[in-house]
Amino acid sequence: MKSFDRSDGKLVLAHILFAFAALLIGGLAGMLQGAVRGGTLTLPANIGYYELLTAHGVLMGLIFTTYFIIGFLYSGVSHTLGGKLLPAVKKLGWIGYIVMSVGTIIGVIVILLGKASVLYTFYAPMKASPWFYIALALVVIGSWLSGFGIFYQYWKWKKTNSGKLSPLFGYMSVVTMLLWQIATIGVAVEVVVQLIPWSFGWVEQVNVVLSRTLFWYFGHPLVYFWLLPAYICWYVVIPKIIGGRIFSDSLARLSFMLFLLFSIPVGFHHQLMEPGISSFWKFLQVVLTFMVIVPSLMTAFSMFATFELNGRAKGTKGLFGWVKVLPWKDVRFFAPFMGMLIFIPAGAGGIINASNQMNAVVHNTLWVTGHFHLTVATSVALTFFGITYWLIPTVMGRVLTPRMNRLGIIQTILWCIGMFFMSGSMHTVGLLGSPRRTAYTTYNDHPDAILWMPYHVAMAIGGFILLAAVLLIVYNVIALMRAPKGETEYPIGEVSDASEPTPRFLERWGMWIGIAVALILFAYTIPLIDMLNTTVTSPGYVTW
Amino acid sequence: MHLHRLEKIWLSIGIGMLAVFLIVIGTMAFSMGIKPPSEHHHTIDPTKVSETAPFDQPGLRQTGDNRYEAVMVAYAFGFEPEKMEVPVGATIDFTVTSSDVVHGFYVVGTNINLMVVPGEISHLSHTFDKPGEYLILCNEYCGTGHEYMATTIVVK
Repeated sequence: MKSFDRSDGKLVLAHILFAFAALLIGGLAGMLQGAVRGGTLTLPANIGYYELLTAHGVLMGLIFTTYFIIGFLYSGVSHTLGGKLLPAVKKLGWIGYIVMSVGTIIGVIVILLGKASVLYTFYAPMKASPWFYIALALVVIGSWLSGFGIFYQYWKWKKTNSGKLSPLFGYMSVVTMLLWQIATIGVAVEVVVQLIPWSFGWVEQVNVVLSRTLFWYFGHPLVYFWLLPAYICWYVVIPKIIGGRIFSDSLARLSFMLFLLFSIPVGFHHQLMEPGISSFWKFLQVVLTFMVIVPSLMTAFSMFATFELNGRAKGTKGLFGWVKVLPWKDVRFFAPFMGMLIFIPAGAGGIINASNQMNAVVHNTLWVTGHFHLTVATSVALTFFGITYWLIPTVMGRVLTPRMNRLGIIQTILWCIGMFFMSGSMHTVGLLGSPRRTAYTTYNDHPDAILWMPYHVAMAIGGFILLAAVLLIVYNVIALMRAPKGETEYPIGEVSDASEPTPRFLERWGMWIGIAVALILFAYTIPLIDMLNTTVTSPGYVTW
Repeated sequence: MHLHRLEKIWLSIGIGMLAVFLIVIGTMAFSMGIKPPSEHHHTIDPTKVSETAPFDQPGLRQTGDNRYEAVMVAYAFGFEPEKMEVPVGATIDFTVTSSDVVHGFYVVGTNINLMVVPGEISHLSHTFDKPGEYLILCNEYCGTGHEYMATTIVVK
């Protein structure tokens, strides 16, 4: 067994630890929000609900995820594409890390000073301090540098191994970062071209509809940027952990390419209820949105095929015999598996949200908040936690102890219980109409709003349980770093013998990027021309 | 590329359901008119809302037999006009814009759910079949007083 390159390990660890620091602060903010909304806590006068909400969204949605993803991808790229990072790649990784961290620190300070209570969607014409937008730009630019490192390592590997099929982990990392690069162009243009000059006062007005469209061009693929690394774990790592094989290499690659194609030209399904976009283009993007269900169904099939084939190889019988041989007591399997299971209702909720006119039932209600607390905050987060239990030991030359494993199982269960209360009540009260992103209020004791209160209290209870789970995972991370020394293998699954050879068109990057660009141009060109032609612009406002 | 037989069945069922569903919502949208709101483009100078008709006189106007137009302005942190009253069975054509930041316009217990974007005018019609005091609230974060931004429509 080849041990993980220690110097690469430092870069990976730096990302993972930063991610968990963000999770800790973001989790604390989340618990406080729940308590306020449930009416059980009044914040001291100098802390605002919406500052906490902005900090929670930015730290959880942008910082925890992006740092963890880059750390995880770098670890797998180092391990599968040559055994260590090339010097230039390592340098890019560290520069990216520093640029992102400078951005994060500036951003958090500006938010806590109350200069940017604009939430993580920062919709114009609410005008935050220019430093908030600069901070976000730095985070994005840093992540680009890290992405370039991954591309370079892959390209070099292909050159030295010409004719060979690239390792699945490396291939999926490239797709994930490609998706990120293409998607962040939208938000980068919004921030750099529109918001920074406007926020400094160099230009007076901003085109609001355009800025929202650029944001959501980025905002939806963002959720697939969270999800794809979790899928890498499900496709590549989980088969190894359960002692089985990857069902099909080519289907895994095809599903990733379909995600690349169909997660970007779909941002209008976040803007269904708004003016300025014709219903034809809204519906067209709804159709494209639904195409993403195809690779999701492929992924679900692959996962359960892997589980079942593994069971049969071990001699289990009957329709569900394979369930018994899954390693339920291994947190490296259990946490991601709970993530998979919860992705079934989470994905179904997503389909409801994107359903064109039906979006009116749930748009901007707590239902939506409940939805992404199942997808990113459970499916993705639990998978990331599950990764942590082997990733930290691997990169630091340590081993997971039975005690740590047990704490990990407890942490997972705690998370699921907390989320059941929180997300369950968010979904229900959202259907009753309770709005998202709103501090404690009973709307002058309106009877409808009074009825929502018990659900808000249940949300707060869920929030308390989740904070306990956050504290436990942070403790687990520290304990993993102090675990006994030893070697832990980087779990990379092998492809099943029954799987057919992978067709080479799946590695024709030019073709796939070409199709992705064509779809984006198809879905966005005409609406964008229309938005650019409008002469209506708005001055900025500070309403907090 | 090779697909397992069971996977072919699985994907066919999934894609088939998807197609049926898209045809249903597409038909509803384009031949029955049940579309997302604000389909036609209608702009206004957001700095001159109070001087531009019809928003210079926000309020409820009867336009036909039990049909009304509600011209409304969303602002940080409230709605104009403050209170409206219509008889049961009335259809209201809402015409809403914002005089500052982005707001939401949501009537609890109905499917009235509009984004109100400065510079644009949002439209939606709804028939109120049941009596009651309907809560209108802003469901898009708009600043410190966002949670106070609400009004009511009385249907009796």
